[in-house]
Amino acid sequence: MSILINKDTKVITQGITGKTGQFHTEKCQEYANGKNCFVAGVNPKKAGEKIFDIPIYASVKEAAAETGATVSVIYVPPAGAADAIWEAVEADLDLAICITEGIPVRDMLIVRNKMKAKVAAGGKETLLLGPNCPGLITPDEIKIGIMPGHIHRKGRIGVVSRSGTLTYEAVAQLTEIGLGQSSAVGIGGDPINGLKHIDVMRMFNDDPDTDAVIMIGEIGGPDEAEAAQWCKDNMKKPIVGFIAGVTAPAGKRMGHAGALISGGADTADAKLAIMEECGFKVTRNPSEMGKLLKAML
Amino acid sequence: MKIHEYQAKEVLRKFGVVTPRGIHCTSVEGAVKAAEELGGKIWVVKAQIHAGGRGKGGGVKLAKSLDEVRKYASEILGMQLITHQTGPEGQKVRNLLIEEGADIQHEYYVAALTDRATQRVAIMASSEGGMDIEEVAHNTPEKILKVFVDPATGLTDAQATELAKGIGMPDSSVAQAVDALKKLYTCYMETDASLAEINPLIHEGNGTVKALDAKFNFDSNALYRHPEIVAYRDLDEEDADEIEASKFDLAYISLDGNIGCLVNGAGLAMATMDTIKLFGAEPANFLDVGGGATTEKVTEAFKIMLKNPKVKGILVNIFGGIMKCDTIATGVVTAAREVNLSVPLVVRMKGTNEDLGKKILAESGLPIISADTMAEAATKIVAAVK
Repeated sequence: MSILINKDTKVITQGITGKTGQFHTEKCQEYANGKNCFVAGVNPKKAGEKIFDIPIYASVKEAAAETGATVSVIYVPPAGAADAIWEAVEADLDLAICITEGIPVRDMLIVRNKMKAKVAAGGKETLLLGPNCPGLITPDEIKIGIMPGHIHRKGRIGVVSRSGTLTYEAVAQLTEIGLGQSSAVGIGGDPINGLKHIDVMRMFNDDPDTDAVIMIGEIGGPDEAEAAQWCKDNMKKPIVGFIAGVTAPAGKRMGHAGALISGGADTADAKLAIMEECGFKVTRNPSEMGKLLKAML
Repeated sequence: MKIHEYQAKEVLRKFGVVTPRGIHCTSVEGAVKAAEELGGKIWVVKAQIHAGGRGKGGGVKLAKSLDEVRKYASEILGMQLITHQTGPEGQKVRNLLIEEGADIQHEYYVAALTDRATQRVAIMASSEGGMDIEEVAHNTPEKILKVFVDPATGLTDAQATELAKGIGMPDSSVAQAVDALKKLYTCYMETDASLAEINPLIHEGNGTVKALDAKFNFDSNALYRHPEIVAYRDLDEEDADEIEASKFDLAYISLDGNIGCLVNGAGLAMATMDTIKLFGAEPANFLDVGGGATTEKVTEAFKIMLKNPKVKGILVNIFGGIMKCDTIATGVVTAAREVNLSVPLVVRMKGTNEDLGKKILAESGLPIISADTMAEAATKIVAAVK
C-alpha cells in the first residue's frame, strides 16, 4: 500500500509537449512501472499525435474518457497553470499534481474557491497537490513529478514536506540507514495550495504500510501548527519534525512565495515549539532527521 | 514588490478611493512649488521610503507656512531616515510627498491581504488607526475585525457595512466607508496585490472618508501582467545585490553573518543557514541557485556572495537531483578560479553523480574542503573561519 498513488495509477500529463513536461515525462516513464502508468498527454493543438509513445488528446476530459486515467500532472507555464488545474477538476479526476512554480496567488485563490464551491454543490472532489511542488512518489511503483527516482527505496516511512530538495535530503538519509519510504509527498512552497500537511498526515495515519513519518515544514503560514494539533489527538505513529528558517529574517520572502514570516506564530521557533508540545520528536539539525526516526522505531 | 506611498495613493485614486491632494517631488524647490500649487495654509511634508514608522523617525512634518515647507523639505530630503523597519543604518530619503492638510476626526485602520488558512482575501478593519497594527493585534486583538471574501461575489455590502459600523464609523460616513472598503478589495484583486493597507483611514468634520496613508505589496508572480505596477519599481529602495542576483534568476537575500552559502532549493537553503547557526556561526546570505544552475549562474552567485566584505567563508550545499553533482562541481571549480577565491570553501554534494562531482573537486587543485553531511559541512566551515 501507499498513499494517493500506486503502480496501477493511470496518469495524464498536462503540458507534456513543453520542454519541462517532456524531460520529466521521460524520467517518470523510466521509473518502475512508469511505462504503464503514463497513458496520456494533453495539448489541443497536437491532439492525435504521440510523444514517447504516449497519445496526446485535445482535453483532459477526453484523455480521461479514452484511457481511464484518474490522476494528472501539470507542467503548464504559470500564466495558464490555474486553468489547467480547473480543467482537471472539471474532468472529475481524483488527483491533480501541479509542479508549476510562479503561479499568481490570485489565480490560485480563484481556482481553490471554485474547487470548494464545486464540492459544496455536490460535485466530485478532485484533490490538488501543489502547486510549486516536486510531486510524489511511491518507491518501486510509480513516480509522478521531478524528484530523482534513484535516491528512494521501498519501505515503510512516510515523508511530507513543502520543499523539494529538503524532501530529497530526508529521503536520502532514510535510504542511507536502510529505511525505505512508503510514499514521499511534496506539498509545495506556495501560500495558496491544495493538500496540506494535515491532509497528508491523515493519509499516512490511515495507511497500514506506513509505520512512521518525517514531517518537514518551513516559516510562514499556519499549516504545520494545524497539522501538529491534529496529530496530538489522532496520530498513532511516531513523527520526526523539522522546520526550516530559524535564521530567516521576518518580512522577507525566502525563495518560496509562501516562506515569509508575517507575524508571531509563523516563525520556525514557534512552529517547532508547537510540534514538540504535540508529541513530535523535533530537531534543529536537519542532518539527523533519518537517525532520529530510526531511534523511534 | 513594494511601492512608495505617493504611488500607492495613485493606485487607490485610480480605483476611486479618496485621498488628500498631493504632489510628489524630489527637490526642496519642487516641494515649495508643490505647496504653492496645492494652496491652503497647512501642508504635510512626507518622506517617501519603502518602510513604515516614518513619522516616529522624523520623516513626516506638518508645515504651517511655505517657509516651513522649505525648512522641513530641506531637513528631510537626503536624511538617513531610521525606523523600526529600516535597520540601524536607515534609508536615504530621495523622494517627498507634499500633501494638503486634513481635518482628522478619527483614525481607523483598514487592509486587504490573502489569508492562507481560509484561502480567501481577508479585509481587516480597526478603530485603532494611525498606530502599529501589530501592537493592536497583540494588546487588543478584539479591536481588529475581519471578514473573508468569496472571490465569486466580491466584498458584499453587508460585509463592508459590518466592518464600517464595527469600527465605529459615524452614521453619516458609513456609506462612504463601505464604498472605500469595496474599492479597496477591487483594487487589491485587480492589481494582484499581496497587501493593501490604509493606515490611517480617516473621517473628516464634514463626513468625508479619506485614505491618509497607504502601503502596497504586489505578488511578484503576477507582475508580468502589470506593466503599470512594474513602472513604479524604485531600485534605489532595494538591496543592490538582490537586484543583481535577480538578473541571473538567483533568489538572494543578504543577512548579517559571515558564512556565505550557496544551495539549490529554498527549503534546503534555509536548512543550511539554520545548520550554520546551530554549529556556532551566522549565515551571510540566503541563496537559492534553483533547479537549473549552470556554470554561469554559479559563478555569478559566487561573485555576489563575495561582494559582501563580511564573508569569511563559503558553504556550498547541493542536492543533485535532476541537476547532476558533476555539473555543479565543474561550475564551482570554474567560479572559484574566475573570482580567485581567497576564503575557505566547503562543498557538500549529495545525489546524482555524487562521486564524479567529488572527484572533479578533488582533482581541481583548489583548496576545497569536502563534506558528506550538512552538519559536517557546517562544522568544517565554522572551524575554517575561526
